[in-house]
Amino acid sequence: MKLQELIKVLNAEIILENHGPDEDIPVGGAADLMSDVLAFGAAGMALLTGLTNPQVVRTAEMAGINVIVLVRDKKAPPETLELARELGVTLVRTGYTMYEACGRLFSAGLPGLGVVRIRNDSW
Amino acid sequence: MSVQTITKVQELMHTTRVEDVMATNVIIIEPSQTVADVKILMRDKHISGAPVMDKGKIVGMITMTDILRAMEEGRLHEPVSQSMTLRVKTVLKDSVVAEVANILGLKGSSRLPVVDRDGGLVGIVTTGTLTRYLLRQLDKSLQKNESEKLHTYRASHIFQDIISDDTSLVLRFVVDDKDFSNAGKASSLIKRALQRLVVNPQIVRRVAVAVYEAEMNLVIHTDVGGEILVDIRKDKLSVSAVDHGPGIEDLKQVLQPGFSTAPQWIRDMGFGAGMGLANIKRVSDMMKLISEPGGGTRLDMVFNLVSPD
Ligand SMILES: Nc1ncnc2c1ncn2[C@@H]1O[C@H](COP(=O)(O)OP(=O)(O)O)[C@@H](O)[C@H]1O
Ligand SMILES: [Mg+2]
Repeated sequence: MKLQELIKVLNAEIILENHGPDEDIPVGGAADLMSDVLAFGAAGMALLTGLTNPQVVRTAEMAGINVIVLVRDKKAPPETLELARELGVTLVRTGYTMYEACGRLFSAGLPGLGVVRIRNDSW
Repeated sequence: MSVQTITKVQELMHTTRVEDVMATNVIIIEPSQTVADVKILMRDKHISGAPVMDKGKIVGMITMTDILRAMEEGRLHEPVSQSMTLRVKTVLKDSVVAEVANILGLKGSSRLPVVDRDGGLVGIVTTGTLTRYLLRQLDKSLQKNESEKLHTYRASHIFQDIISDDTSLVLRFVVDDKDFSNAGKASSLIKRALQRLVVNPQIVRRVAVAVYEAEMNLVIHTDVGGEILVDIRKDKLSVSAVDHGPGIEDLKQVLQPGFSTAPQWIRDMGFGAGMGLANIKRVSDMMKLISEPGGGTRLDMVFNLVSPD
């Protein structure tokens, strides 16, 4: 799915634009646990989260994630925006809840990672 | 020109809109002005053509070629409306540059008036404005890539340039405790260093994940912080996270996925799920945790590097 389609499906607003509308998003994932993102996050994945602290951006950096979607119109503090700017991460915000945002993206054709197991060494 | 540069030009042509390229201070000619007046105007303003407008509508285009012909045919003191080109192509301001380049490439069209959806003139795009814009953007993007490339070039040759029986590069980072906003800085710098050394991206990602979990443990679970040591060899990467904090009582227990002693405020920030050490074990080729209550903690991780060449 292209970034611009994701934005349309989520009726989202771009807070920080570091990627073009045609940026390809191969897969989506949602987590409020950063260790889950580090364990299961795939490169290029769009990360939906309810967290807004700067460590979300750091985690994205480590996991190779370019696009973070903040659900329920959460406002990111300035430290988070600053780090995202420095690291070239795109931040968008949607009014939908985590459940509905995921559901909308999934039905619009953005796949998830399938069944993942902690022992599954998919690196 | 390299393949990469050509691709960048193509990308720019298809992603840039005409309104970002066009000149907006358009010089406009009225149909009643004489060819002689227009000739002087064009010389003074250093332009070689301009749209002719009547009551807000484009009625023609007058260019140097039209003026030369008017002079040859003795129409120098007659209104430009007699000598201008009547069929004027225009372009919408939100069309992409690639479309304009096509039209400008045609014989005789070296400038195009830019209009909005209502047909109102908003600017003008010429072969000159277009070329200047593309060159400027190209230069910007090259400069940005170039400095990172230079770092990468210099760093990646270190193992070839420095000869010894066993060369290693040691990086040392100090990690403050409870400095949550800055946590992850060391991991970020380590990731960058490995990228510049042209380590396989898959391995860089594994190291980044492991080091970040280890760095967060120093921030979260010690009251003194600690340090991260990275030892890079041609074929092997060793990372140690060392602290003189409270130490660990039951090593078996903390290695269980899901076990955590993190306080609530840490959990609220998305950490403390007890998956850190499990993650590190999974992504590293070797992990060793050494600790004693009151005696600090040492976490060693090893990653095998596939030969960079
Ligand atoms: N450097 C350390 N010093 C003291 N205790 C530690 C250290 N690193 C880890 N621990 C202990 O190991 C537990 C598990 O760590 P980890 O798997 O990273 O999960 P988490 O950090 O989410 O708690 C921690 O909750 C903590 O009790
Ligand atoms: Mg941890």
